Amino acid sequence: MIRPQPSVVQLVPKAGVPDVQGRRVCEQALRYLGIRTGLVRCVRIYVLLEALPPQQLAEFAQLALADELLHEVHVDTPYQDEAFRSYVLVARHPGVTDDEGLTAQRTLADFLGRELERSGQRVFSQTAYLFERDLDSEQLRRLAEELLGNSLINRCEWGPFQQLGHYLPAVALPAAPPTAFVALENLPDAELRLLSQRRTLSLNLEEMRAIRDHFGDAGLQRQRRRRGLGRHPTDCELEVLGQTWSEHCKHKEFNALIRYRDLDTGQEGEIDSLFHTFIRGSTERIAQDLERSGDNWLVKVFSDNAGVVRIDDERVFVWKVETHNTPSALDPYGGAITGILGNNRDPLGTGVGGGRLLFNTNVLCFGSPFHDEPLVGGQLHPQRIFDGVRHGIEDGGNKSGVPTVNGAIVFDRRYAGKPLVYCGTGAVMPSAYKGRPSWDKPIDPGDRILMAGGRVGKDGIHGATFSSTDLDENSPRTAVQIGSPITQKLLSDFLERACVAGLIKCCTDNGAGGLSSSVGELAPISGGAIVQLAHVPLKYPGLAPWEVFVSEAQERMTLVVEPAQRQAVFELARDFEVELTDIGQFTDQGWLEVRWDDETVALLDLDFLHNGVPRKRMEAEWRAPQLEDPELPGDADCGQLLLRLLGSLDICSREAVIRQYDHEVKGKTVLKPLMGPGGCAPQDAAVLRLDFRSYDGVAVSNGIIPRYGDIDPYWMSAGAFDEAIRQIIAVGGALPDPARGPNRFWTVNDNFCLPDSAWHPEHNPDGRLKLGKLVRMAQALYDMATFFGVPMTSGKDSMKNDFRADGVKISVPPTILYSMVARFDDVRRAVSSEFKAPGDHICLLGRTWPELGGSQLYRLFGQLGASVPRVRKEQARDLYQRVSQATEQGLLESCHDLSDGGLGVALAESCFGAQLGCHVELRGWGLDALTLLFSESHSRFLASVRPQRLEALQELLGEACRPLGRVTEEPRLRAALRGEPLLDLPVAALQQAWADGLRRQSGGEP
Amino acid sequence: MNPPRALVLTGFGINCEEELAAAWRLAGANARIAHLNEVFLGRVLLDDFQVVNLPGGFSFGDDLGSGKALANKLRYKRLPDGRSLLQALRRHRDRGGYLLGICNGFQVLVKLGLLPDSQGLGEQEVTLTTNRSGRFEDRWVRCRVEPGTGTPFLRGQDLIELPVRHGEGRLLLRDDGVRQRILQGGLCCLRYCDAQGAPTCQYPLDPNGSDLHCAGLCDPSGRVLGMMPHPEAFLSLYNHPNWPALKRRDPGISEDGQGLTVFRSLVAELS
Repeated sequence: MIRPQPSVVQLVPKAGVPDVQGRRVCEQALRYLGIRTGLVRCVRIYVLLEALPPQQLAEFAQLALADELLHEVHVDTPYQDEAFRSYVLVARHPGVTDDEGLTAQRTLADFLGRELERSGQRVFSQTAYLFERDLDSEQLRRLAEELLGNSLINRCEWGPFQQLGHYLPAVALPAAPPTAFVALENLPDAELRLLSQRRTLSLNLEEMRAIRDHFGDAGLQRQRRRRGLGRHPTDCELEVLGQTWSEHCKHKEFNALIRYRDLDTGQEGEIDSLFHTFIRGSTERIAQDLERSGDNWLVKVFSDNAGVVRIDDERVFVWKVETHNTPSALDPYGGAITGILGNNRDPLGTGVGGGRLLFNTNVLCFGSPFHDEPLVGGQLHPQRIFDGVRHGIEDGGNKSGVPTVNGAIVFDRRYAGKPLVYCGTGAVMPSAYKGRPSWDKPIDPGDRILMAGGRVGKDGIHGATFSSTDLDENSPRTAVQIGSPITQKLLSDFLERACVAGLIKCCTDNGAGGLSSSVGELAPISGGAIVQLAHVPLKYPGLAPWEVFVSEAQERMTLVVEPAQRQAVFELARDFEVELTDIGQFTDQGWLEVRWDDETVALLDLDFLHNGVPRKRMEAEWRAPQLEDPELPGDADCGQLLLRLLGSLDICSREAVIRQYDHEVKGKTVLKPLMGPGGCAPQDAAVLRLDFRSYDGVAVSNGIIPRYGDIDPYWMSAGAFDEAIRQIIAVGGALPDPARGPNRFWTVNDNFCLPDSAWHPEHNPDGRLKLGKLVRMAQALYDMATFFGVPMTSGKDSMKNDFRADGVKISVPPTILYSMVARFDDVRRAVSSEFKAPGDHICLLGRTWPELGGSQLYRLFGQLGASVPRVRKEQARDLYQRVSQATEQGLLESCHDLSDGGLGVALAESCFGAQLGCHVELRGWGLDALTLLFSESHSRFLASVRPQRLEALQELLGEACRPLGRVTEEPRLRAALRGEPLLDLPVAALQQAWADGLRRQSGGEP
Repeated sequence: MNPPRALVLTGFGINCEEELAAAWRLAGANARIAHLNEVFLGRVLLDDFQVVNLPGGFSFGDDLGSGKALANKLRYKRLPDGRSLLQALRRHRDRGGYLLGICNGFQVLVKLGLLPDSQGLGEQEVTLTTNRSGRFEDRWVRCRVEPGTGTPFLRGQDLIELPVRHGEGRLLLRDDGVRQRILQGGLCCLRYCDAQGAPTCQYPLDPNGSDLHCAGLCDPSGRVLGMMPHPEAFLSLYNHPNWPALKRRDPGISEDGQGLTVFRSLVAELS
């Protein structure tokens, strides 16, 4: 096809100006790939399809694109330089989000003082890397594909450098095929299966049969004939069913009927939905108790994009945590940024919508960055996944102005295939907009359906299963999406205003399943919807109707607007430069009807769409593994062990990561991830204020301990729950108690990530055991939540976390994350983890048990052990109540929860966080030194207290408080057992070991 | 006496407007947050305000270089009266109004030639670019105010602790002439310094490797101030990363953050 000749602008760093990016590429090439590049120069390239007179183009390049202090500008004259011998050009494939190109395009519109054609991108950005050395083709390929670009999203070229070229990633699609009818009638099982596979519907045989039988119904066929539809379903209808009935949307395994057998006890039983039994079941029980107490702060649970609890009469708190694992395995940066932005849209699209985002959290599970085994096809090195995900979180949070306040990173070789990327977002929403409750989602027939935000392309259709072999040079690449923080920021600024002005009746997010999912989920509220797809704005022409309907193009929301407000909403959107399209209306006719102009492309019975999916039946069993605690060498040097523990992957400093996240934008963060005089004391939970007028706040924590699940998933789940609670107690929070005053809420998101747990004799022979582990995790959830009165309000399950390639399967261990937010009365009473002053007494709060099973200590020796820490709920609750009283009375100078690495690690962290030392004498319970120092028994704290307050603390805590010694001016950590010295180390050495953990150049994970 | 009026601009990825407006209110001023398009559409007039603020954030996601795309919008997009917002900002300054740019706002002011504007020609004399570390970083720094500085925002202050949160805060100067004029005019009003208060280029005390250890610039009139650190992020003692120990040491310590003094200084000047 004929295309206009593009203009090309190249920006080359001026001589004498530091090329920081080039220097980093040079360093990383050596560090990660062992390639010596010599000097590296980074050249920014803009390719413009807009025809401009040469003078105007030159002016635009000089003034609007270049920084005159930094760049030498080349317009339509390729840059040449004999100092460089080879190059890599990194562009994007057609159809891949190019924010920088779009920003250049917006700036061009400002420069020209006129609107540019909006359908289709007119300006593209790319980067060329020039290398001083004459690198060979293989070295350049590795630089291109393993460092600078990702072949799923980037089009890279490389070779000897003569003069700089460019690439035009224009999308050109043939005209979309018309809507097709797919005959299911009388199809035998084998063909139904094949059809599901061929169209990547991911529906199983039973589900395909249900669809076939549904469309065979005579009554339905009469109705369809009346609307000009034949008796066969359309491609669009099958796609909508496939998407709506997906595991992602219907949680079929969490709702399955499960036959569960405990092979140890011989007990058998049936579980009628894990979700209803344990998750919703526990919250319902707690809600009844709250109702009885007259203070039920649970406003909305499980039924919207995020859970809602009451802060006070004026405000509600909205909280959601999601995962984005598969995309992050393919494109770590794009997967993570899309995850965080997508998760931001959940609170934004809860109830009426428009909540103000208060903070983000993130918890990440990776393979070891020092992974030194060969990679299988498509597998990215864990270090690369780590770097990319971290960068995605940085941009997703920082560029949206949402502080990243809390998180965790867990390392295990089983995450080397698929990483787990958990993104959380908390928001505050007014309780009412113009007198209407904000958390409600009312829709009436006649209300308009508006689509706001980004344009629609083939993004995310069929996810990564979409075969890349069908693609040619100009096909849009759709497997991986890249979020655009700026598009979303424009959208959220607009939405917040529109909601406050009472213009929006309600809204929801367009995430997985796109319009199909958002409209499909809203339609039952009024009883139906008619969608007109022909008006949906596209990124490029050539999409079939079904593609427009299920596209997962990002940064979009679906708004419900009363006809009377329609014009005002459009005017506001124009002021905020947000694209808005009317795509239909809600009805009460019982159908989800989709049209393209006059043609009906889908007509689905809402009841069948949402309730027609056949119930899944699954089998689960549990047998405890035969394990023993190992014998450790009797002469172990505790100091050496502590140094090794502090440097180990799960324990070492995250400072390099944390500092790249903005954790204090909005000015409300009171306990940040790192505190203390040197800014290096890790904190247990974040504490934030809610506004600038009062000291009301919230505390935020995350509990996750996957390795305990190898011994017993029940105690892994219970332990993670306890960990998240005790972190909030440590910083000064308190368990729910109506006596403390109204609305002292706790709100929890449970996030289960599992390997494929559906039993199959060949593909998944241990599926029953895996599902049995899930059952035990869910049982623990119920037991813990109901005991502490701490309810789930929203959550997520991700069920197929297996990476398959080259006949190898890497499955994640069953993992659960509890993300908790609790009301915090007065942020000025928050307690940080580091010691405060020499002479203060150091106390261990809570009892240590011989529980080294699954500990970081055993991991140093390559052992698992058996004595997994258990949660003693009654003792824990009693202790937490007393510790809360102690913080309220201002008795504690510092408080740090004991977790990975036990008391030894907590002592070290409390010292170097304060630039002080300590001298302690361990004693008690008849335990040996290694157990006292490194047991990971739950429900314990390391606290410090002023000498004159020790007595009061002991009186309050009784037996649970054990004075160990004193904080010292001299920065040494000294510990003894029954008079025998155990540890005597300079704090600086401990801190160095801790700081260097992620920087180690060699040595794998034990 | 009416309290001073501050306009806090937002939109297009600016994201510190809320705390910046809170800063002005806590300091005793009236603050209005307005979307830039409300100004472009003529619904909000700069003339109604004494201080115009460009807050921090990531305007246009830092694409094209930090602050660049927003600077382009201010330079090229027209108000209803046919002027650009840049022209309107110059007029505001020339009529005795104040301009404050923090972080991303500072980057915009620099790229528009409003800072340091040492010769009054409106040329771009300096730039703010990628930190020497190549990374975005959130950390607290200590800054020294240039003694006898001409900007009322900082007058009377000496050492101030604030967070920096940027990836492109490294100040580079166009040439020696600019350097001389900045030094002679006392325009480098804020510098990164060590615990003793001596200006330093040692990382991470100086987080980005700026020329002149520069953390903030004012123009010769003193009415235009830009700074990389965020005074609006230290409105309360409880923003400080070591507040628990500071409070332990001095139980009577003020619950106000040091950043608030920047806003109070100007409010005092205007009252």
